[in-house]
Amino acid sequence: MRMLPRFLSGLLCLCLLLGLPLAAQAQDDPGQALLDPLDTASYADKGEAIEAIIASGDARSRRWLEALLGGKLQRHKDTGRFVVVVENRGRSWPVVDALSFEDAGEMSRRELDRIGINNALRGQLQGALAVLDLHADEVRERREAARALLGDVDASLAEPLRAVIDGEEDAEVRRLLEQALAIHRLEEGEAEAVDALAGSLNSRVRSALNAASRSEDPELAAAATSALADIEQKMKLNRGLETLYFGLSLGSVLVLAAIGLAITFGVMGVINMAHGELIMLGAYTTWAMQQLLPGQPGLALLLAIPAGFLVAALAGVAIERGVIQFLKGRPLETLLATFGVSLILQQLVRTVISPQNRTVVSPEWMSGSLMLNEGLSLTLNRLYVLGFALVVFAGLMLVMRRTRLGLEVRAVTQNRAMARAMGIRATRVDILTFALGAGVAGLAGVALSQLTNVGPNLGQSYIIDSFMVVVFGGVGNLWGTLVAGLSLGVINQVLEPWAGAVLAKIVVLVFIILFIQKRPRGLFPQKGRAAEG
Amino acid sequence: MWLTRPFSERSTRLFLGILLAALALVTLLNLAVPAGHPLHVSTYTVTLLGKYLSYALLAVAVDLVWGYLGILSLGHGAFFALGGYAMGMYLMRQIGDRGVYGDPVLPDFMVFLDWDSLPWYWLGFDMPWFAFPMVLLAPGLLALVFGFLAFRSRVTGVYLSIITQAMTFALMLAFFRNEMGFGGNNGLTDFRELLGFDLRSDATRLGLFLATGIALALGYVLCRAIVASKLGRVSVACRDAEARTRFLGYRVERFQLFVFVVSAMLAGVAGALYVPQVGIINPSEFSPIFSIEVVLWVALGGRATLYGAVIGALLVNYAKTVFTGVMPDAWLFALGGMFVLVTVFLPRGIAGLLGQRPRRRASHAQTSQPTAGESAA
Amino acid sequence: MSILRSLADRERVFDFLVPAQSPVDVRHGPILYLEDVSVSFDGFKAIDALDLTIDDGELRCIIGPNGAGKTTMMDIITGKTRPDSGSVWFGSRHDLLTLNEPEIASLGIGRKFQKPTVFEALTVFENLELAMAADKRVLPTLTARLTGEGRDRIEEVLATIGLVELRHGPAGILSHGQKQWLEIGMLLMQRPRLLLVDEPVAGMTEQEMERTAELLTGLAGKGKQSVVVVEHDMGFVRSIARTVTVLHQGSVLAEGSMDRVSNDPKVIEVYLGAEEEAA
Repeated sequence: MRMLPRFLSGLLCLCLLLGLPLAAQAQDDPGQALLDPLDTASYADKGEAIEAIIASGDARSRRWLEALLGGKLQRHKDTGRFVVVVENRGRSWPVVDALSFEDAGEMSRRELDRIGINNALRGQLQGALAVLDLHADEVRERREAARALLGDVDASLAEPLRAVIDGEEDAEVRRLLEQALAIHRLEEGEAEAVDALAGSLNSRVRSALNAASRSEDPELAAAATSALADIEQKMKLNRGLETLYFGLSLGSVLVLAAIGLAITFGVMGVINMAHGELIMLGAYTTWAMQQLLPGQPGLALLLAIPAGFLVAALAGVAIERGVIQFLKGRPLETLLATFGVSLILQQLVRTVISPQNRTVVSPEWMSGSLMLNEGLSLTLNRLYVLGFALVVFAGLMLVMRRTRLGLEVRAVTQNRAMARAMGIRATRVDILTFALGAGVAGLAGVALSQLTNVGPNLGQSYIIDSFMVVVFGGVGNLWGTLVAGLSLGVINQVLEPWAGAVLAKIVVLVFIILFIQKRPRGLFPQKGRAAEG
Repeated sequence: MWLTRPFSERSTRLFLGILLAALALVTLLNLAVPAGHPLHVSTYTVTLLGKYLSYALLAVAVDLVWGYLGILSLGHGAFFALGGYAMGMYLMRQIGDRGVYGDPVLPDFMVFLDWDSLPWYWLGFDMPWFAFPMVLLAPGLLALVFGFLAFRSRVTGVYLSIITQAMTFALMLAFFRNEMGFGGNNGLTDFRELLGFDLRSDATRLGLFLATGIALALGYVLCRAIVASKLGRVSVACRDAEARTRFLGYRVERFQLFVFVVSAMLAGVAGALYVPQVGIINPSEFSPIFSIEVVLWVALGGRATLYGAVIGALLVNYAKTVFTGVMPDAWLFALGGMFVLVTVFLPRGIAGLLGQRPRRRASHAQTSQPTAGESAA
Repeated sequence: MSILRSLADRERVFDFLVPAQSPVDVRHGPILYLEDVSVSFDGFKAIDALDLTIDDGELRCIIGPNGAGKTTMMDIITGKTRPDSGSVWFGSRHDLLTLNEPEIASLGIGRKFQKPTVFEALTVFENLELAMAADKRVLPTLTARLTGEGRDRIEEVLATIGLVELRHGPAGILSHGQKQWLEIGMLLMQRPRLLLVDEPVAGMTEQEMERTAELLTGLAGKGKQSVVVVEHDMGFVRSIARTVTVLHQGSVLAEGSMDRVSNDPKVIEVYLGAEEEAA
C-alpha cells in the first residue's frame, strides 16, 4: 500500500505506453499480463497484482476490480481464460470474457475457479476503487467519488488521498477530500480536524461529529458539539427553505389549477364543476403528444402546451355552448349541469383510453435537481412548473388588462346590458372568456402531467382545492388567486410535518371554511355598492 | 296544532296513502306469497327497497333546504353518514365478544390496531337510549355549528354550496384515518343484531324495511308541516328575496339555521336506517360525489314538492341498480347525462311534468325554483 | 337546540318589545336625526358630512341627481351600510348604528326598495301576512296561527292599497304599479313609525301615479307615520311634497318648500338646470 503513490505518479507514463499495443490480439493484450498474477495462492502477491492493475491505468481496471470484489472474476480451469460471471445462479452461469467483455456463453460452475480474496484485500479493493474514481476525467464524477469517500477513509487511504488532493484542480473535490480526511483525523482524536468540517451538512460528517462530541477528550467533545450546533442551525434554515420551496411548488400547482376557475367563476359568475376534467384533458393531451412523438419527450411536452390549451379551450366552448348558455343567471343549476359534464368526461376517458393511470415521461432537462448546497436541492420539474405558473399568470394578467378582450370581459362583467348597448357582443365575450378559462385549465394539466400520474381522477382531486383558492383569494380577483394559492400551498407544507398530510389538508379546509365565515368575500374583496348585490 | 295541518292537504293524504299501501303490498307479497311464485318479493328485494326508502328520506331532507330555503347543500351526505356512524357504533358494540378477536368490549378493528381501551367518544354507544338520540344529535350539532357560522356571516348561494362540499370532503379525509377510531377505510361492519333482533333474519329485514317506510312517512309529514306553517312561507321568502325578508324583521339566519338543522337530523335518521340494511358504513358516504348525487335525485323528481324528492330518489336508485348490473360502464354516462338534461330541459323535474296545477316561476333574483304553491291560508 | 337559543333570545329581545307600539321617544321633536354622517367606497365619498332631521308625522321628499347618495343614505338608516363616521338616531333613544337590519326593522323603520321586491312565489295575502307585526322569532313563527284580528288588519290594508280582488293570486303576476302598492302595503302591515320609500312611481302610468300620491299623503300625519320619499319625478314630488331636501354629492344642498328650493340658484345649477338642459 505504501507503494501506491509511486504507482500513481507513474500513471502518465503507463497511459502513454498503453496507447500503442491496443490493436494487438487477445493473447497480446496487456490485460492478460495484468490478470495473470492474480491467480496465485498468496494474498500478498494478489495485493501487489491489484496495485499493478491500478497503476496500469487500464480502462478496464474498474470492472476487473469490481468483479474481483464481488467474487465474479473467475478463471476457466482448462483454458486458463479469465471470465466475469454475469449471474451466479443455477448450475451453469452466463459469463463474459474478462478482456473483451464480450459474451462468452455459459460455463458450468465446476469448470471455473474463483479468484479468492480476504478481508484485507477487500479493504484494499474498496479504497482502490474509490481512489480510481478520483482520477476520472469528468469533474462531476470526481466530486461524486470524493463525496462517497466521506466517512470511509481509513489509515491505509489517508496517505494516497493527500497525494490526490495535491494533484486535484477542482476546489470542490479538494474540499470534499479534506473533509473526508478530517473525519479520519477526528476519529483519531484530532480536535483541530473539526475546523475542516464546520458548516458541512453531509450526514456522514454529522455522524462523525456526533461520535466525536461523545468523546472522552473534553477539548474534542466541545469543539465537535459547537460545530454540530452550527450545522444544526444551518440545517434548520435549509429545512425552512425546503418547506417553503415545496409549499410554493404546491401553491403554484394550486394557482395553475385555480386561475382558470378564477376567470370563469370570478369574472363570469359561472360555476364550472367540470374544470378539473379540463385539467385532466390537458394532461392527457401531453400524454397523447408523447405517444405521437416517441423518443422526443421534450419536444412533445413543448408542443403539448399549445395543444393542451387548444383541446381544453375547445372542450370549454362545447360546454359553454352546449350547457351553460341555457342556464344563464342560474348558478346553482350551472353547478349541477357542469358536474354532470365532469362525470361524462371522466367516464369517456376511462372508456376510450383506459381506467389505468398513464405515465408521462419527463424530458431530460426537467429531471434531476438544482443543488443549492449539501442539504438543499430543488427538483427541477417543480422549479419549471413554478416558473410556468408565474408565466401563465403574467400572461393572463396581460390579456385581462391590456387587450380588447380583457376590456370587453370586464365591461360585460360589470354591466352586461350597458356593454351590449355599447356594441359589445356579450355572447361572443362569454364564449371567449370561457374558452380562455378552460384553456388555462388545459395548461395546468400539461404542467401537472410532469408532477403526478395522469389518470381519469386527476381533475377530481383538484376541483375542491381550486374552488377553495378562488374563494379564499376573493372572487373576481386574479391577484387574490395568486396570493391565496401560494399561501395555501405553503401553509399546507408547514403543517404537514407535525400534522401529517391528511390532517394538514383537513386543517386547511377547516381554516378556509372558518375564514369565509369571517370574510365572506375573501382576502381581496371587491368593495362598494355594486359588490353588495 | 301545526303538526297536523298537512293532513288537511289532499296531496299529503295521497302521498301517505300510496306509501302505506306500497308498504303493505310488499309485506304481503313477501310473507303470504310462497317463494318461487312470480309475485313473491324476496327478502333481498325488500332490503333493497328499504335502502331506497332511506335514500328517499335523505332526498326529502335535501329538498326541504334546497327547495324551500334555496340553500343548495352539497354536504348532506355528511349528515347522513354521521347518523349512519352513530347507528354503526351501536351495532358494533352489540357484536360483543362474537368478533373475530373475541374481545368483549373492543371492536375488531381496534384490537387489530392494538388499542387497549375504547376511545371516550365510543362510551355509551352500547346503550340504545344513548346511541339512538346521537343519531339526531351528531348531525344536528354539526349542522348547528356549521350553519351558525355560515348563516351568521351571510354565506349563501354558490359559496355555501362550495363550503358544504368542502365540509363533507374534510370529514371524508378525517374518517379515512385509522387514528380517528371509526375503522378507517373499512368503516364499521360485520353487524349482528339490533335491539336483540338478528340482523340476518328475514323478519328483522322486513321490520327494518317497514320502519324505514314509516320514518319516511313521518319525515314527510314533518317537512310538510314546516312548509305549510308560516315558517315555511318565511323560508320561501328567504329563498326568493333574502334582504327583503330581513327588512321585514325576520332574522333570516335563524330561520335558515332552524330548517338546516331539522334537515340534517332527518338526514341522520335516514343514515341510521340505511346502515343496518346494507350492513356497512364507511367513509365513502362522505364523498362529495354522493352528496351531489342526492341533489340530482331531488332535481329530477322536482324541487320544492317533497314528493318529487321521493320519486327522484326511487327512480335514480332503481336505474342505478339496473344499470350497474347490466352495463356498469354506462352508469356514469347516464348519471352525468341526467344532470345535464334535467337542469337544462327539466328545471321543475318530473313533478313539474305531472303538472297537477299551473305553477309559475319566480322571475327575479337567481332563482327559478318552482313555487311553494301549497298555501295554507 | 333551537328552544334553548330562543330562550336565551327572549331576554335579549326583551328591551325593545314587539314593534307594534314602538317605544320611540319623539317628545323632543325629530323622529330621525342624522348628524355629520360620512361613508366612502374605495375612496369615493358617497355620503359626505350629511345632516338630516325628519320630524314626527312629516312627509319629506328627497331629490338629487344620480350619485347624490340617496340610496346609500337609506342603506345607512336601515343598517345595511355602516357609515365611516357620524351618528344616526331614531327618536332620542335609539342609536341606529348599534343595531342590525332586523332590529332596526322591528323598531319601526320600514323601507320600500327602488326595485319593487315582493315575494313573487307567495300570494298577495301571504305577502302581507309575513309583513304583519308579530312575534318574528323562529318557533313562534312555526306555530303561529292567523288570528281574526290579524285577518282584519290584512283586509284593511288590502283595501287601502286596492288589491282586494287579487288577494289570493301570486304576487308574481301583479303589474309593476301593483307590486309597488303591495310593497307599501307590506310596510303598513309592520305599523312603522318611519317609512322610507325609494322611487315609488318609477315606471308607473299616470293613473297609478295619482293613486300612489293619494296613498302616500294619506299615510303621513301626526301620530301616524313619518314618510321619506326619494324620487326623481319632479311632477310627482311637486304634487305631494311639503318639505323637500336636495342632496348633492353626499350632502344637503338645499332644504325647504318646493317653491323655495326650485328657485335656489345652486339647485338650479346642479339639478333642475341639468334637467331643463336635457329636456
